[in-house]
Amino acid sequence: MSDISSLTLVQTLEALKNKKFSEEELNRVYQERIKQLNPKLNAFLQTQENSSGIPAGIKDIICTQNIKTTAGSKILSTFIPPYSATVVNKLLENNVSIAGKTNMDEFAMGSSGENSAFGPTKNPWDLTKITGGTSAGSAAAVAADMCVFAIGTDTGGSIRQPASLCGVVGLKTSYGRVSRYGLISAASSLDTIGPITKSVGDARKVLGWISGSDGHDANCINEKFTMQPERLQAKIKGIKIGVPKEYFGEGLDKSVEKVVRDAIAKMEELGAEIVEISLPHSKYALPAFYIINPSEVSSNMGRFTGIRFGSKREDFGEEVKRRIMLGTFALSSGYYDDYYAKAAKVRTLVKQDFDNAFTKCDCIVGPVSPTTAWNLGEKVDDPLKMYLADIYTISANLAGIPGLSIPCGFSSGLPVGLQILGKYMDEATILDVGEAYEQATDWHLKKPDLSF
Amino acid sequence: MAKLTLSDSEIEKYSGQLSKILDYVDKLNEVDTSEVEPTFNVMGLSNVMAEDESSSSLTQDQTLANGSETKDGLFVTKGVFDNE
Repeated sequence: MSDISSLTLVQTLEALKNKKFSEEELNRVYQERIKQLNPKLNAFLQTQENSSGIPAGIKDIICTQNIKTTAGSKILSTFIPPYSATVVNKLLENNVSIAGKTNMDEFAMGSSGENSAFGPTKNPWDLTKITGGTSAGSAAAVAADMCVFAIGTDTGGSIRQPASLCGVVGLKTSYGRVSRYGLISAASSLDTIGPITKSVGDARKVLGWISGSDGHDANCINEKFTMQPERLQAKIKGIKIGVPKEYFGEGLDKSVEKVVRDAIAKMEELGAEIVEISLPHSKYALPAFYIINPSEVSSNMGRFTGIRFGSKREDFGEEVKRRIMLGTFALSSGYYDDYYAKAAKVRTLVKQDFDNAFTKCDCIVGPVSPTTAWNLGEKVDDPLKMYLADIYTISANLAGIPGLSIPCGFSSGLPVGLQILGKYMDEATILDVGEAYEQATDWHLKKPDLSF
Repeated sequence: MAKLTLSDSEIEKYSGQLSKILDYVDKLNEVDTSEVEPTFNVMGLSNVMAEDESSSSLTQDQTLANGSETKDGLFVTKGVFDNE
């Protein structure tokens, strides 16, 4: 069977149950694809050959016992974790096997996948384009059918944006939904773990596996995500969908805007009620984020002393150094009130915008990224330009709410993603809406031409 | 606190880039936050306590396995005081 690798996770589980193929065959098919495609795409940093289980990609910032975990950094280029993250253990308990560790922007800092110490990941839709970041390899590996699904992390858009630019599904979970024990921290008040998958149903399935408290992450509350039964007709009729006017302003590529507007029209056609909403502090979310994130980063990077693990601090890459400097500056006495405290107050206003908006609607839709995938190298020398790529995704991290990116069309042959944001701890609604849209369209079935 | 060693050319490059970023974040001063409480954690948590109980943990060998230099089952670090 040559098309085993194009099956979704839900379809793969069904086929295994019906003995259409064996787990051994499943693993062999994916291993072949990794061998064939990884030299071109650089999606995996380490790979494993298993003969059983559902092969998944794990972002290389998540600890895997006895499997090298680098976080995309030279400083951890020889680090072998002595234990696995909770998310990994939960997957293993559900018969998932680790196909490999996926490439990423160093310590989850970046928007293109180019900040990896081990070379950029290439976009399967066009090898001259970036994948987005920071879960670059996870998104590329799923898009190129090199694993059944992958795990990523989202601190400012790092699941949703690469999923969007690679034409796959990405779910940023609510802050606290999934335990981060064993995740190498970037910005602790923003970091979340979630799946990158071939369908919305797959994301729902993986979320059911990985969510819930383990007692090791004080922010992971004890409320287990209640699995919805798989529906043939996902719910969208009567759902109120808010469209924020601030997400369609200056900077949004016109052809991306058209694709996103068409997707919203499709949702209306499916029975959703579209309401215009306002998130008035949206333009302040990005500057607030680029104070809060570097501040927390500078503190978390303090553990890299070259004593207990890792090499010397000279081995940090450019973006990491930049954020350590920005963060230590923003936290230093005399500047704390002007920068860090100020940003934390603006964060309150960004969060309140969502609270107000959700009194008028059940979820919010808009673009994930203002453009499609750009050329490799295009923004590497201009950090501020790179930061602006996160303009529609970072607000959800500041507010702690869940967000889904689903394929909704193409612009000049490159995928465009639709973002669906939900109320805090209400992944159920955004998955329902996303699934209803997915079932009515065939964007998620489009595959890149990999005959390079 | 940052403990970074930078070359002259890095200092030049970063100072330009960081100034540009700081100019951009100055935009935050347009917002009146005089009556606004800060959000450091969206769940409003602080000081989450756990029971003081022992549980299984990594072995000493596992803990030391990634250390750059170990001696007698301990990490070797730089001295805090001069040994002289």
